[in-house]
Amino acid sequence: MSEISVRLPTVLRPQANGQSSVNVTGSTVGEVVDGLVADYPDLESNLLDDGGAVRKFINIYLNDEDIRFLEKLETPVVQGDEVAILPAVAGG
Amino acid sequence: MLSLSRQSWLEILAEAWKVYPLEACGLLMAESARSGQSSSGQTGLDKPIKVFRPIHNAAQSSRIFQLDPMEYMKAERAADDAGLEVVGVMHSHTHTAAYPSPTDVAEATKPLVPPTWHWAIVSLAWGYPELRSFRVAEGQGDWSTRSGIAEERVWLNG
Ligand SMILES: [Zn+2]
Repeated sequence: MSEISVRLPTVLRPQANGQSSVNVTGSTVGEVVDGLVADYPDLESNLLDDGGAVRKFINIYLNDEDIRFLEKLETPVVQGDEVAILPAVAGG
Repeated sequence: MLSLSRQSWLEILAEAWKVYPLEACGLLMAESARSGQSSSGQTGLDKPIKVFRPIHNAAQSSRIFQLDPMEYMKAERAADDAGLEVVGVMHSHTHTAAYPSPTDVAEATKPLVPPTWHWAIVSLAWGYPELRSFRVAEGQGDWSTRSGIAEERVWLNG
């Protein structure tokens, strides 16, 4: 288990006591997300759907790489990595 | 109220024309609440826009916009480094008035788009630009009932 820095955009900070980044332990991105939600339960409904899966309009990056192009939630993380979580912002 | 400098207004306009006939988009940033410098008595919601940051429209469309997620992430980081925070989003309309479209309403009512965000729209539909800005009406929670769309004043502050 490594301690991973999770960067939160402005829109997610109110659910994390206003912090712009928080430290969470985990050995994969999925574990980091689970740990984040455990530490900040108000984030859960924003990040996860009713079945516990990451919502479609949430993008997760590991060191600036979209985890969809890595091993998704199974992507391993090591000390010093940064995970960033961002909503998709769109309109017409 | 959306309070911004003439320079920001020009940058918004320049981006809209630059990307035309596609929709342009970008982020509006104000001094961070945590930077503790808001001595001028503005409420959090009406803090003047300090920076307009153009963001690539990942949808590359004249009908929809989608903030390029990587650029959005970098913009958040740059905002943090500069003591700023993202307080709104801007996009252009190439065919319609500067008023939230059904797609805007659908997207802005998803969780995570804060109801406090400025939703600024520049219309280039009629050859002359028009900038208008919208918010979720107080107490309405979101735009799912279109009566929840409240227009706010756009104010050039210098
Ligand atoms: Zn629109």
